[in-house]
Amino acid sequence: MSLNAQLLSLRDAIAAYVPDGSTVALEGFTHLIPFAAGHEIVRQRKRDLTLVRMTPDLIYDQLIGMGCARKLVFSWGGNPGVGSLHRLRDAVEHAWPRPIEIEEHSHAAMAAAYAAGAAGLPCAILRGYAGSDLVAHNANIRSIECPFTGERLAAVPAIRPDVAIVHAQRADRAGNVLIEGVTGVQKEVVLAARHAIVTVEEVVADLRAPSPNSTVLPHWTITAVAVAPGGARPSYAHGYYARDNAFYIAWDAISRDRDQFTRWMREHVLETSGSVDAVA
Amino acid sequence: MSAAAYSSAEMMAIAAARLLRNDDVCFVGIGVPSLACNLARLTHAPAITLIYESGTIGARPDVLPLSIGDPELCETALTTVSVPEMFAYWLQGGRISVGFLGGAQLDQFANINSSVIGPYDRPKVRLPGGGGAPEIAALCRETYVVMAQTRRAFVQRVDFVTSFGFGDGGDHRQRLGIKTAGPTLVITDLCVMRPDPVTKELVVCALHPGVTREQVSEHTGWPVRFADPVDETPSPTEAELSTLRDLQRRTTEAHARSVYRGQTPSAQSDAHGVGRGQTPRAQPEGSDPLDQSTRAMEK
Repeated sequence: MSLNAQLLSLRDAIAAYVPDGSTVALEGFTHLIPFAAGHEIVRQRKRDLTLVRMTPDLIYDQLIGMGCARKLVFSWGGNPGVGSLHRLRDAVEHAWPRPIEIEEHSHAAMAAAYAAGAAGLPCAILRGYAGSDLVAHNANIRSIECPFTGERLAAVPAIRPDVAIVHAQRADRAGNVLIEGVTGVQKEVVLAARHAIVTVEEVVADLRAPSPNSTVLPHWTITAVAVAPGGARPSYAHGYYARDNAFYIAWDAISRDRDQFTRWMREHVLETSGSVDAVA
Repeated sequence: MSAAAYSSAEMMAIAAARLLRNDDVCFVGIGVPSLACNLARLTHAPAITLIYESGTIGARPDVLPLSIGDPELCETALTTVSVPEMFAYWLQGGRISVGFLGGAQLDQFANINSSVIGPYDRPKVRLPGGGGAPEIAALCRETYVVMAQTRRAFVQRVDFVTSFGFGDGGDHRQRLGIKTAGPTLVITDLCVMRPDPVTKELVVCALHPGVTREQVSEHTGWPVRFADPVDETPSPTEAELSTLRDLQRRTTEAHARSVYRGQTPSAQSDAHGVGRGQTPRAQPEGSDPLDQSTRAMEK
């Protein structure tokens, strides 16, 4: 294997590193959501995936509605500021288009679980879930006694996805990646996963990291870089384009009805070749 | 001069905003909490620190964000930290003075349900879930709950405790080892409630102008008690109302601007698309299903 991250087409990256049945985390906390990569997963008709993501957002609503997921691990499953994710609800409430297993956490626990994964620890410990009924419905929420103070603390297993997929502003030719703005759990999920695919707005000669403390993922932590300009739309890429709040609002009506959803996905995802990738 | 006309939703946001102080460090959720917190910042509490769970500390948005991670928050924040750091150092570390929460259901001991209506494994309605709320409820020094008051939402016992308030009442928080004060105020579109100092049952302590005790009882799913005496919330001032309405107008206009067109990258009307060598592309209008569904929703 090359020391440098491979520069692949998005199609080849998804084909190589997202087999059916794998555990996949497409992350990006509102910002830098890897929509282009998610759409490529839909186009390649991947099946039986365990999808991990703090906020499933529209991207997992689409993957779930297209029948790609067997299980969802999440902590907040709404359309931010708008309402329900109708495809997620339909899967949970009516098993459409197939039954979905859910593992539900809080944000604090999932963030800690990614950090534990990055740190190579078996579990994360936090002062969490106090009095919450979530504990009774998720066998992965347990407790541990602090050996020094005796305090009972919540424990959740580290998240170690088979593959992490994130979007970032840019990479240099060696595959070093710069992430700016709301960094969410991007760094943690990449370092926690066995493989990491990063889609970027552009590949540049010089990364132009603005500060010595900029968030940079070295090329040797990344399996593949794929160029996907606009690949986070309708979420956003700080410094490149804004969040399309009007589309998030419009998604409520598009996704409410099974037929209309399926039609939209056919027209905007299945029957496109991922034109986003082709634009350099 | 006669008092300005205002809606009960405006009264709720204004009553919530008035509770916040200049030196508060506030963990803000989307919806009425974000509206109230920014109204406070634009009126009596200009130095208040607003924290959104996306990691933005000291955000000063000109329009309300649609999500907790809108660009506006990061661009105006003092600093932006990662999400694991936000929850570990800032929330769990005890740096937050006030957390603002809402939910689908609230019960007489201020427990909040934002997970499911009906049984968890076969839910009648699957709600979005807790997100940051379970730990916000336990780890902020105190929390305020803001919710429109209906009989369906204000129930004797929630279907599911997503975020723990006072549990079964009394010293239940202490018995679980929770050291913070919990929900010290509930602000609705009709009234303000406060937990009884001993039993922790929510008691109505102030009615908004023109609201009767009967109205509050009708909108509450348990036999709600009233403090003695019950205060009256002062009416909104002209300044509060005009600041609130300007903020909401700016927000509605900003959120209606569409940038994305299906799969076609387009930088039109995108203030952030310039400066990186992207060329705005012309885009035919009117044939786009997204535009049509947006219009349909505006009716």
